[in-house]
Amino acid sequence: MAEVLVVVEASPNGVKKVTLEMLTLARSLGLGDVAAVVLGGEGAAAGVVDKLGEYGAAKVYAAESADLTDYLVAPKATVLANLIKQVSPAAVLLPSSQEGKEIAGRVAVKLDNGLLTDVVAVESDGTATQVVFAGSTIVKSKVTKGLPIVTVRPNSLTPAASPVTPVVEAVAVAVEKRDLLAQVVERKVEAKGARPELAEASIVVSGGRGVGSADNFKLVEELADLLGGAVGASRAAVDSGFYPHQFQVGQTGKTVSPQLYVALGISGAIQHRAGMQTSKTIVAVNKDAEAPIFELADFGVVGDLFKVVPQAAEEIRKRK
Amino acid sequence: MKIVVLVKQVPDSGADRNLRSDDNTVDRASANNVINEMDEYAIEEALRLKEAHGGEVVVLTVGPDRATESIRKALSMGPDSAVHVVDDALHGSCAVATSKVLAAAIAQQNADLVICGAESTDGRVQVLPHMIAERLGIAALTGARKLTVDGSSLTIERQTDEGYEVVSAATPALVSVWDTINDPRYPSFKGIMAAKKKPLQTLSLSDLGVAAAEVGFEGATSAVVEHSKRPPRQAGNKVDAGDDGGVKLVEYLASEKFV
Ligand SMILES: Cc1cc2nc3c(=O)[nH]c(=O)nc-3n(C[C@H](O)[C@H](O)[C@H](O)COP(=O)(O)OP(=O)(O)OC[C@H]3O[C@@H](n4cnc5c(N)ncnc54)[C@H](O)[C@@H]3O)c2cc1C
Ligand SMILES: Nc1ncnc2c1ncn2[C@@H]1O[C@H](COP(=O)(O)O)[C@@H](O)[C@H]1O
Repeated sequence: MAEVLVVVEASPNGVKKVTLEMLTLARSLGLGDVAAVVLGGEGAAAGVVDKLGEYGAAKVYAAESADLTDYLVAPKATVLANLIKQVSPAAVLLPSSQEGKEIAGRVAVKLDNGLLTDVVAVESDGTATQVVFAGSTIVKSKVTKGLPIVTVRPNSLTPAASPVTPVVEAVAVAVEKRDLLAQVVERKVEAKGARPELAEASIVVSGGRGVGSADNFKLVEELADLLGGAVGASRAAVDSGFYPHQFQVGQTGKTVSPQLYVALGISGAIQHRAGMQTSKTIVAVNKDAEAPIFELADFGVVGDLFKVVPQAAEEIRKRK
Repeated sequence: MKIVVLVKQVPDSGADRNLRSDDNTVDRASANNVINEMDEYAIEEALRLKEAHGGEVVVLTVGPDRATESIRKALSMGPDSAVHVVDDALHGSCAVATSKVLAAAIAQQNADLVICGAESTDGRVQVLPHMIAERLGIAALTGARKLTVDGSSLTIERQTDEGYEVVSAATPALVSVWDTINDPRYPSFKGIMAAKKKPLQTLSLSDLGVAAAEVGFEGATSAVVEHSKRPPRQAGNKVDAGDDGGVKLVEYLASEKFV
């Protein structure tokens, strides 16, 4: 029986939630056994096999080599394309992260195969759902040449465990010279504390221009920490230097789809909505009663965030 | 240094955008079409490199006739010339096919460096740069927030979720940029006048040796089956903060079990 391949995304803290979501999605397709693919450095698979098994990966293909981490994207794409040729899977799922999409793009070219990105749902016949144009349009698409290669947006479904003991199979890493052109010289970690990752968080608290300064973002961080959420920012806040770019939510930033999105001092421009419109519950604090963010907020407080937010923080502490 | 900048024309992301009901492609006729925002940063980066190291900047667009407006606008910022690949057979092309056409056009240029945006706002987000590099067999330094050039050696800072990566390669190479890399200049009046006279070469698929059957609907590797408008979100309860806005907020969060 054919397999459904799931390309694992992990961080130094283990597999990312999107990987568990993809394993859950892969199982629901009913197209075959679920096999996870680890593309990493020496020993990368050992630390994640248990978790992958817990979420139903019957097999783990382990491609491990320094070439995969010391050079950007291209070696991973070569290994994955070779694996696809070897095992002829029914479908391949990758995370819809920058790297996931880049690997998928190269594999599609190598195999002259279609690909679909930023997918939020997949059906057994390969039909994929995408939400486009700032969340305004729902598209159903299909790969019409080759097998479905699909990148899946984080937080598109709830991961469900289904424990098995995976068989680990080593995959030879045979890369070509043309894959080793872009060398990763250094990896720098920029601290975000113990907060969950923005794209994966189930609660996101974002600040906009209304927050006023980098220093004031402490208010946003405090509320996020009390709720156990991640911090986000509007582009105006990022451009004004209040918060780093990797936390930008919106069309040219991250797309988030948490259970709860809290917008503080954000007007709700269409490009910001593009990144948060599919959140389950939206709450906004804005002093302008006419701010467009209220058009999509399930609950809105019209008022000064410098009064509302500290008071809310105090109230949460009281209730804890 | 010869630099090719990839510029795509897209429907303005600040306005309503639609897919056509007849063939499911992006409705470009009714839209306000503009330069893909990220590509302005690519143009700026190319111009700065030319100013620092000398050389030539060529704009390259694959797109319909009306993309000419965006090409002239791009030229008004300062590039030397442009290439526009336009062919009726291109309508309906998928990303895989578009990458083939762009790669073929780049190959004719003998460039040291290709600079493009990290993503386009109308869809194929972040796939084309690596697709093109894969076809050309050149290095791809993607997602740059900073680019340094030292002779034939290139180094970028690549934004990641955890922080950033420092990645280097030698030319020829492709670099894709985020909007954090620079502040694009506005075209000057002189620039706008000069742009009208700059060389703009128009190429068809046959000029590039790409068969019509490899692109468009015929050569597409994926297809939109159906599309619909998502129902807009309904506004919920909006309250005045008064003296206890924070308490009201937490009461709501508690009622929804977030606290
Ligand atoms: C191609 C393109 C891509 C873009 N991509 C993105 C993107 O990815 N993400 C994004 O966010 N934007 C993006 N934008 C920008 C977007 O159009 C808006 O400019 C931006 O979202 C505005 O950010 P803001 O809401 O923080 O600021 P503003 O629109 O200035 O709103 C600030 C809000 O804060 C409120 N406020 C001020 N003080 C207080 C206070 N004390 N208490 C309570 N409320 C207060 C004000 O009433 C106002 O509503 C993009 C634009 C373009 C053209
Ligand atoms: N049709 C096109 N013509 C020229 N450049 C393009 C075209 N499509 C994409 N690009 C370039 O590739 C980048 C990434 O696009 P995408 O993969 O569509 O998100 C864009 O920012 C452009 O620089």
